[in-house]
Amino acid sequence: MQVNLRIQRFDPDLDTSPRWETYRVDVDPMARVLDLLHLVKWEQDASLTFRRSCGHGICGSDAMLINGRNRLACKIRVDQLGRKISVAPLPGLPVIKDLVVDMDGFFAKYRSVRPFLVNDEPPPARERRQSQQQRAVFDDTTKCILCGACTSSCPSFWARPGYVGPAAVVNAHRFIFDSRDEGTEERLEILADRDGVWRCRTIFNCVDACPRGINITRAILEVSTAIVERSA
Amino acid sequence: MADEAIIHEFDALIVGAGGAGLYAALELAREGVPTAVLTKLYPTRSHTGAAQGGICAALGNQEEDHWEWHMFDTVKGGDYLVDQDAAEILAREAIETVIELEHLGLPFNRTEDGRIDQRRFGGHTRNFGEAPVRRACYAADRTGHMILQTLYQQCIKHGVRFFDEYHVVDLLIEDGLSRGAVAVRLADGSLHVLRSKAVLLATGGFGRMFRITSNAHTLTGDGVALAYRRGVPLEDMEFYQFHPTGLAGLGVLLSEAARGEGGILLNGKGERFMERYAPTLLDLAPRDVVSRAIYEEIRAGRGVDGKDYVWLDVHHLGRAVIDEKLPDITDFARIYQGVEPYTQPVGIQPTAHYAMGGVPTDVLARVVVDERNTVLPGLYAAGECACVSVHGGNRLGTNSLLDILVFGRRAGRDMTRFARESDLPDLPADPSGPARAELEALRSRRDGEPPARIRRELADVMMDDVSVFRTEVTLRHAQGVVHQLRDRYARVRVQDGGTRFNQDVLEAREVGYLLDAAEVTVTAALARQESRGAHFREDFPERDDTNWLKHSLASQSEDGPTLTFKPVSITRFTPKPRTY
Repeated sequence: MQVNLRIQRFDPDLDTSPRWETYRVDVDPMARVLDLLHLVKWEQDASLTFRRSCGHGICGSDAMLINGRNRLACKIRVDQLGRKISVAPLPGLPVIKDLVVDMDGFFAKYRSVRPFLVNDEPPPARERRQSQQQRAVFDDTTKCILCGACTSSCPSFWARPGYVGPAAVVNAHRFIFDSRDEGTEERLEILADRDGVWRCRTIFNCVDACPRGINITRAILEVSTAIVERSA
Repeated sequence: MADEAIIHEFDALIVGAGGAGLYAALELAREGVPTAVLTKLYPTRSHTGAAQGGICAALGNQEEDHWEWHMFDTVKGGDYLVDQDAAEILAREAIETVIELEHLGLPFNRTEDGRIDQRRFGGHTRNFGEAPVRRACYAADRTGHMILQTLYQQCIKHGVRFFDEYHVVDLLIEDGLSRGAVAVRLADGSLHVLRSKAVLLATGGFGRMFRITSNAHTLTGDGVALAYRRGVPLEDMEFYQFHPTGLAGLGVLLSEAARGEGGILLNGKGERFMERYAPTLLDLAPRDVVSRAIYEEIRAGRGVDGKDYVWLDVHHLGRAVIDEKLPDITDFARIYQGVEPYTQPVGIQPTAHYAMGGVPTDVLARVVVDERNTVLPGLYAAGECACVSVHGGNRLGTNSLLDILVFGRRAGRDMTRFARESDLPDLPADPSGPARAELEALRSRRDGEPPARIRRELADVMMDDVSVFRTEVTLRHAQGVVHQLRDRYARVRVQDGGTRFNQDVLEAREVGYLLDAAEVTVTAALARQESRGAHFREDFPERDDTNWLKHSLASQSEDGPTLTFKPVSITRFTPKPRTY
């Protein structure tokens, strides 16, 4: 089928502001948006710039705004979108070029919540024991691939760029609820900050945007509850 | 592009941020060695994250198991081309490595009593081949994702310095000593010289030289090609693994875990054809055996509707098992084929997956440059870009994750020693000069064809002529085509003339790296007149230990790759016929 593909282009070294370019591409309805971008890049305009790597929804490189919603380009098919498709960079983040945004701030927020196991006890000779139930509590938040789709879809983040954002809370949750971790106090302290979890207005954009199906709002709620219980 | 390169100095430099690179970085950082990791992606995008099924270690949590059994399976799986001293280290250190990963926070699935759960995987057996054994430790079907995340988290904890989105364009090797690397910062096109005592290549594989592949678009053999251009030979490049179960048409991987949990392969007539090819291990035979069996079925007209794919069926496992143990890969079938694995079989075909060959190293991950295993001081390699060789002619499932961890960690440890014993090496005169000249030639050329066309033709010829079945005729044809593509590549033209995030230049460089890897692969495959592991010559269908129980080493010369050979290390298991 023929698709009318609009892509937001912007090279700050050449352009004063972003512009829309339209491309016509013939593809199978089962093709992904990433296939469309490759067709343009490899056959029409090699200067089109976008990140991608694994091509099947695992690496998190190609999150972008597709027909108004944050999606992974490699995980959304043409037949799910129709003949008119528009692609723009993730909202709320500085554009480096075309569909490539500056992710450094996003990763700085990730690092700010101490996203690593904290446990200073000398480890046992074998594995630490963890029951299947203890493991299940944080299973959902281990799925995060740090693509940025959630945080950059969040109106609270747009309104206040200092907000730590849903992705960082998800990654804090992954450790706060891990029975082996002993860093909960510090993380809750960080997330109780004025730019922490209280900025969430349960708008659910993040849940809609997450390509991994993580129930992000529930994770944020569980972290908020832990903060309340800690101060009670 | 800036006229002058920016110079950075470290004690240890790691190129590539997958599991091997990050484990090495963690070892170095824990010892306080100033360490930088350079990657053309963000670290969490590395392809380690795509590994699904598990990591084998003889923990014996589910049933009796021993590292000797694991070692044997690895040696036999590799069709006896495995260096057995290295395989012994792999199987022994697997146990402490998996335990350490758990201590670092990796969220493994658990047994009922809270230990690390284990499941079956292809080619892994109890008591030297009797029956499948539960050896693969796993985190659902995202084990690689959890390994990558865990190691990145620990590197953050220990203050590793990351150079994200820097593309390596040269290695600094002069007078037999490694001195650092040269890289382009993608964001602004600036050139950087990273001067370092020790350098680790951890750049992964080059599956993108084939049309149908499970590999990321970014797996283009950068480190392998750069080492080759700087005089390091490449080992066993004729051995390239095709994984049996790629999604038909796309190549996206469906993990062997699907068969480990009980999934089966069916041909177009609904027959469980593996009964005829591997009566003991059936669908869990090693990958080379299963991939050849699938192609035999297709050739005999027993593909689905006579086409070039067969079925993988998991529906009998039930929704609970599918949802808990195979969630991601069943999602792939839904998204990319519109198939519901609860009720329907999934169309699969072999997909280019893993390079057994690469940059030769010793068991400390030090790069060695000849058949006497002479060490090149300061240069290290680990993971898929390296060849230790623990995989020989065919890698077993889960042993790649194990390889990156065991030898990434060993690299980090020996780099620590080396950095402490060595002074910062002098840089060559004008260290960034050669890379700058290449980049400027590429960007200033006004006429020529786009690199994408050359890459596509390369991927086509490698798939058609150099994949699961090979003959002298197909290989000679491929050799001619690759030769022509190299000529055309010398006149390639990029369209994007800017310096900011110039992905056009990046991809043009990647095509050049792929051409080097492909040329060596074809040359080595043509020379090896036997069939062993993943290298199957229809004109020489038997393994020939008398003449070919040896590793190939391909070195660059004016006339293309020249081959020498080195012996295989055999310590415990003498070669036997390989049946499953």
